[in-house]
Amino acid sequence: MPRVLLIEDDAAVRDGVTLALRRRGHEVAAAASGEEGLEALPGFRPDIVLLDLMLPGKDGFEICRLIRAERQLPIIMLTARGDDLDVVLGLEAGADDYIVKPARGEVLEARIRAVLRRTAPPADGDTGTEPGPAPVETYGELAIDRAGLVVTKNGQDLALAPSEMKLLLFLSATPGQVFSRQQLLEHVWEHSYHGDARLVDACVMRLRTKIEDTPRSPRYVQTVRGFGYRFGPL
Amino acid sequence: MSRLGRLLPTRLVPARLRGLRARLVVAFVLVAAVSALTTAGLTYREARNAILQRSQDIAVNDLRAQINSLAPELTVPPSQADLDFFRVQLERSGTSRDWDISVHYSGVPDSEDSALQGGVVVPAALRESVEKRHVPVFQRIIRGGDPWLLIGMPVRQSDGTASALTVYAQLPLKAEEANVEALVSAARGGALPVLGLAMVPALLAARGVLRPVRRLRQAAGRLAEGKLDTRLEAKGTDELADLSRTFNDMAAELERNVAELRRLEANSRRFAADVSHELRTPLAAMTAVTDVLDEDAASLDPDTASAVRLISQETGKLARMVEDLMEVSRFDAGAAALHLDEVDVAETIRKTLQARAWQQRVTADLPADVRARLDPRRLDVVVANLVGNALHHGGEPVRVVLHAPEPGADRLLIEIADSGPGIDPEVLPHVFDRFYKADSARARSEGSGLGLAIALENVRLHGGTLRADNCPEGGAVFTVDLPLHRAAEHGTADGCQGGDRDDGWDGGPDGDRPGAGKENDR
Repeated sequence: MPRVLLIEDDAAVRDGVTLALRRRGHEVAAAASGEEGLEALPGFRPDIVLLDLMLPGKDGFEICRLIRAERQLPIIMLTARGDDLDVVLGLEAGADDYIVKPARGEVLEARIRAVLRRTAPPADGDTGTEPGPAPVETYGELAIDRAGLVVTKNGQDLALAPSEMKLLLFLSATPGQVFSRQQLLEHVWEHSYHGDARLVDACVMRLRTKIEDTPRSPRYVQTVRGFGYRFGPL
Repeated sequence: MSRLGRLLPTRLVPARLRGLRARLVVAFVLVAAVSALTTAGLTYREARNAILQRSQDIAVNDLRAQINSLAPELTVPPSQADLDFFRVQLERSGTSRDWDISVHYSGVPDSEDSALQGGVVVPAALRESVEKRHVPVFQRIIRGGDPWLLIGMPVRQSDGTASALTVYAQLPLKAEEANVEALVSAARGGALPVLGLAMVPALLAARGVLRPVRRLRQAAGRLAEGKLDTRLEAKGTDELADLSRTFNDMAAELERNVAELRRLEANSRRFAADVSHELRTPLAAMTAVTDVLDEDAASLDPDTASAVRLISQETGKLARMVEDLMEVSRFDAGAAALHLDEVDVAETIRKTLQARAWQQRVTADLPADVRARLDPRRLDVVVANLVGNALHHGGEPVRVVLHAPEPGADRLLIEIADSGPGIDPEVLPHVFDRFYKADSARARSEGSGLGLAIALENVRLHGGTLRADNCPEGGAVFTVDLPLHRAAEHGTADGCQGGDRDDGWDGGPDGDRPGAGKENDR
């Protein structure tokens, strides 16, 4: 069962969310501030972090960056709908997804599952004997190891956040094919409702800063005006 | 209104001539003309009288002197010939004066020659004064268009008693008339340049008045544009400076009031936003655990179960209402941002219906391949609110119709029609009002009472319109009218921050969205 670290300053929300998630079988550790959450991180080793943006002391964006600097574990922001700037800043700080407060337990559960599914290695039928290293696809200077979930550029490992990895794998699976933001939202983030293109845009931007030589004129993840994004063609 | 205006119908007078400048000039010229004419008239009258008076006096004295020197030699009573001789002598003595004499002696009939030339008849009144009352009389007469002086002179005897001899003389006043003429033309010659010169101070005065007036007008215009810090330079102590000072006081007062109003409005807006925001935190805690309540309700005793279900249900409603309140206060604060994307409209509407499991209850007529640049999340809110409203307050079946725009037309029409009783005409103007409850019997509606207001705001943010009407065949119909090709310029209601970040993203797929976020710090 996934281990969830909840960083939330309001005691009632903390208790409510903890209760809701425990009922669904998660192991939950709760922290009342970002600093406390950072301290709990190595000991608790969560699979996913639920991060409130409005925190005393270091705010959620700062905490998000600090976590991202060391780890690539999934982070979901807890935010308020319509605080558009918060959402965008949170996504830029490296969050993988966000949940709008107030949210029902089942919504929390669904988002957590979706993010975790995104980053789980594909369940191959034959987990037995490996006939050698899985084929690594190379595109220009990029090498993508789908099985090992490793992306290298010029031999250097790239630290990609879960949603960035998922997005890159999805796009590079069919190089040259254009996907609308809507399609990407549904496939990568599993958002059933629509209209949250910012998730896609923020993620594309972060991905470009890591894989492109010049993020402003991208080679790998290209923009197709009026339609969406595609991988290549190189 | 100037005299010009009375002379001509107003509409024939160009605006420039009805202006302050023209009026001032006309007034100045009129004043100058009146004073010049009055002065000239009075001067003329006095001078003319003086000139005539003097020539009359001289003529009368001359005549009297001549008569006094010649009369003693006249035999008494004189014959006709004596009188003629006397007349001729008198006329000769007055050659310098060119006078024409007639001598009359009571009892001696007048000769042919003794009458005055030019058929001048001595007026009876004058003759009576001279012959009955024995006083010298003179009178100005017009003869052949020229002025003449007519003098009647009774001759007294040396002892001072009246005699029967009377002398009449007429002499021309042509020279005097010429003098007077010269006076008149001099006055006329002086008056015209004066009138011309009067224009100069008139224009100067007009400029002196008009410049402050023009400045005042410009300042008032700036004030009307909302530049409330507009102030005039108030120099001097005249009325215009007073006016400027008064204007400044007014502007300052206005600025103070507006600032105060804005402050109050901002405070109340912030209060509404803060209240909603504060409510959200406890609601987040409550909403998180409603599932737990719902799951366990079945195992509780019926009363507790009902109570628990009620709490769960109302918590959900409260959460929606607070969310709507937040949304409304964002619109009020002008902080609502559009995130435009090029979407397939039919697909977007279909997803809205799917997400709320309304496919079975709503008939959708959605032609494919209608693409538009809009904010999908906001369109989702609009359609969801309108369809939800139709389902709850109208009546099924509900139809959603997307009208594919005509080629070349740039409007996108979405109609949401229900089969209910329609909207009461009295209610129709208020359907988009906040918390407006159309049906007083249904005081507690399904929604927050803000759904339609939010839908309207969202449509407006796109630059479109939202109308509510009744179908002829019954049922209400709401029409969303959106511009298909928006200008790239849009954004938030008053151009404040939007959360959009395209700078440094090489533009999203929708290209030219205005990025209003903070600078990319990478």
